[in-house]
Amino acid sequence: MPEPASSAALDIRDLAKSFERPAVDGLQLRVAAGEYYTLLGPNGAGKTTTLRMVAGLLKPDRGSIAVFGVDALADPVAAKRVMAWLSDEPMIYDKLTPLEYLQFVGGLWSVPSELAAVRAGDLIGWLGLGPYADTRCEGLSKGTRQKVALAGALLHEPRLIILDEPFTGLDAAAARLVKDVLRQRVAAGCSVVMTTHILEVAERMADRIGVMAGGRLVAEGTLDELRRRAGPGNTSLEDAFLALTADGAKPAGALAA
Amino acid sequence: MTGAASVTWFARHEARLAWRDWRVLLSGGRRRRNVTLALGFGCFVAFLHALAYGGLARSTALLTGPPDKRMLVYVTGTLVLYFSLMLSQAMEAVTRAFYARGDLELILTSPVPAWRVFAVRLAAMAVTITLMSLALAAPVIDIAAWFGGLAYLQGYGVVAAMAMLSVAIAAMLTIWLFRLIGPRRTRVAAQIVAAVIGASFVIGLQFAAIGSYGSLSRTAFLQSDAVMSRAPGPGNPLYLAARAAVGDGVALAILLVVCAAALAAAIVAYAPRFGEFALAAGGASVAPGRRARRSAAFRTASPARALRRKEWVLLLRDPWLMSQSLMQLLYLLPPIFLLYRSFYETGRASTLLTPVLVMAAGQLAGGLAWLAISGEDAPELIASAPVTAARVLRAKVEAVFGAIGIVFAPFLAVLAITDPGTALATLLGIALSAGSATLIQFWFRGQAKRAYFRRRQTSSRIATIAEALSSITWAGVGALAAAGTLLAVIPAVIAVLILAGTWAISPTHGTG
Repeated sequence: MPEPASSAALDIRDLAKSFERPAVDGLQLRVAAGEYYTLLGPNGAGKTTTLRMVAGLLKPDRGSIAVFGVDALADPVAAKRVMAWLSDEPMIYDKLTPLEYLQFVGGLWSVPSELAAVRAGDLIGWLGLGPYADTRCEGLSKGTRQKVALAGALLHEPRLIILDEPFTGLDAAAARLVKDVLRQRVAAGCSVVMTTHILEVAERMADRIGVMAGGRLVAEGTLDELRRRAGPGNTSLEDAFLALTADGAKPAGALAA
Repeated sequence: MTGAASVTWFARHEARLAWRDWRVLLSGGRRRRNVTLALGFGCFVAFLHALAYGGLARSTALLTGPPDKRMLVYVTGTLVLYFSLMLSQAMEAVTRAFYARGDLELILTSPVPAWRVFAVRLAAMAVTITLMSLALAAPVIDIAAWFGGLAYLQGYGVVAAMAMLSVAIAAMLTIWLFRLIGPRRTRVAAQIVAAVIGASFVIGLQFAAIGSYGSLSRTAFLQSDAVMSRAPGPGNPLYLAARAAVGDGVALAILLVVCAAALAAAIVAYAPRFGEFALAAGGASVAPGRRARRSAAFRTASPARALRRKEWVLLLRDPWLMSQSLMQLLYLLPPIFLLYRSFYETGRASTLLTPVLVMAAGQLAGGLAWLAISGEDAPELIASAPVTAARVLRAKVEAVFGAIGIVFAPFLAVLAITDPGTALATLLGIALSAGSATLIQFWFRGQAKRAYFRRRQTSSRIATIAEALSSITWAGVGALAAAGTLLAVIPAVIAVLILAGTWAISPTHGTG
């Protein structure tokens, strides 16, 4: 028996968005509370467009998006209150320091000042941003800027974190740090939806993986389920991914289980 | 045939990029057909020629006679004015060549000597500055030739020579700054120097004219007896450019040779070290950022307060943006000085200051509103925050009005003491002018990095023109209201009509 919609961290139904051609085409996607969900797919599959619509950065042509039961299209402010968005090219203010950036984010999410200060201190410590806390962001490396943006995303303790290629440009140590922080959040009950092209990351971190192609979800499940769906001989996620996306136009239900 | 990565090959590459930039400039970034572009350009050129005809029609006797000292002094003054603007443009262009990463990393990592790129780019700058300057100068040259004979067409050569010299001096100045204050500070310093050079001669000449003759007219000053008595005789080499411009072929040849030699010398001297400078500039852009004063303790802030504070901090920490915004006010100093000097004894100076302040408020608000509304560096953060777009906009407009209030409060305070009625009219005018400029920026809002502040005027010329027209009209309203006449209603109606027309053609209205 399916779970009631309100218990899902994210419930997407019949979502569609076209630019010059359909980017997302009737997508159905459901992520449970406390789940680490990874979206995979070739370039142009519609992953980023989907996540941007969930984050309220793009308006869908049709469909619905519910975040913890809140209709994100009807009441975007309520949905955004429990959500955080982080892209692969984080946009932060060059002329602010990381601490000032976090102070600003705290203001945007109306986090009480004492709480924001404590959380900012913790995040700066966890992410190794201490030496840069009072340095303007203009001179920080890409990895450090990514960490600043991640700290901003976590400051209001979101229940749903949406990440678009969060490991792009990070060195091994920084990537490990970010993975650890995200796993800790999931262990604490937070949900994560992430896109990545790094299959190893999806393999090691995700509870469930969704494979998109042609704007649709063509397969979904745990790593073992995806391998089985991809057929015999496809033992690695890479094999399964290539096999599943080779037939991209078919929706998830059309694939043989 | 030109070999790959030769100087000629780079020149063709640069020419193609420049042509595409010009197309964007002419089309305002929209897709338009060549025929439409050509028609629009033709109308613009015809309009400028009509203006030049109107200006020169009264001076036909001067143009047909032999050039005397009075004419040479006037032409030299005008050329120096033009040259200061060209030098300003050249400084900007040279700074961009060092700092804009664009394709530089691709080129610097390729096995092509970096000097070729810089050599071509310096030459391309001279061509671009020539063309841009001719946009204003060509109609005057053409009409002068129409009235005074074909020899006046030598003006084209003078503009080209001045462009070459401006690029040579700009390269020298920028590299001197580079060595003096280092690559990190040079970027901002060079842009400020460029803006000051561009403004200083115009403003200085106006101050001199007002101080001596109580007029804003540069012509009155340059043709005055005081200037004439101090100016050297017609045979002086200082008049070389002026003589070239009025038809002396030998003078033009000398000028072209000297200026081309200056540009060639700059290329030979600096191009071989371009790679080194560009790398240093690149290093400066990735060097650790400035340490800020230890941040103040976290204070409970509403989203609106956080947004307002962010806007003010970003503005205060960017000296270049600040200088660009305040530079608009610099041009208002001469009229303020003129009004003060002319009306101090009549006791009506305060009334006449009203239009200047109202106009300044409109111009400043336009720039600040663009920065706040369109120049958002983290649009996704703001869009993903649990704050409605209306609330974000309101906070940003409040930030603009807060800054306007800080700038104009001292003037209003002084007026309130000396003339409360005028102070009230000025306050009203400032609010309406700043409000209108903000509305126009809202209707024409886009999404851009704050660093593209200078491009805002080319990205929407309609918004720029509407902003200027509404500021001028509200200045008229303020002046008439301060004078206590009901005639203020007339420009007020015109201002409302300008706003209505602007809204009707704005993209906001178009998209419903």
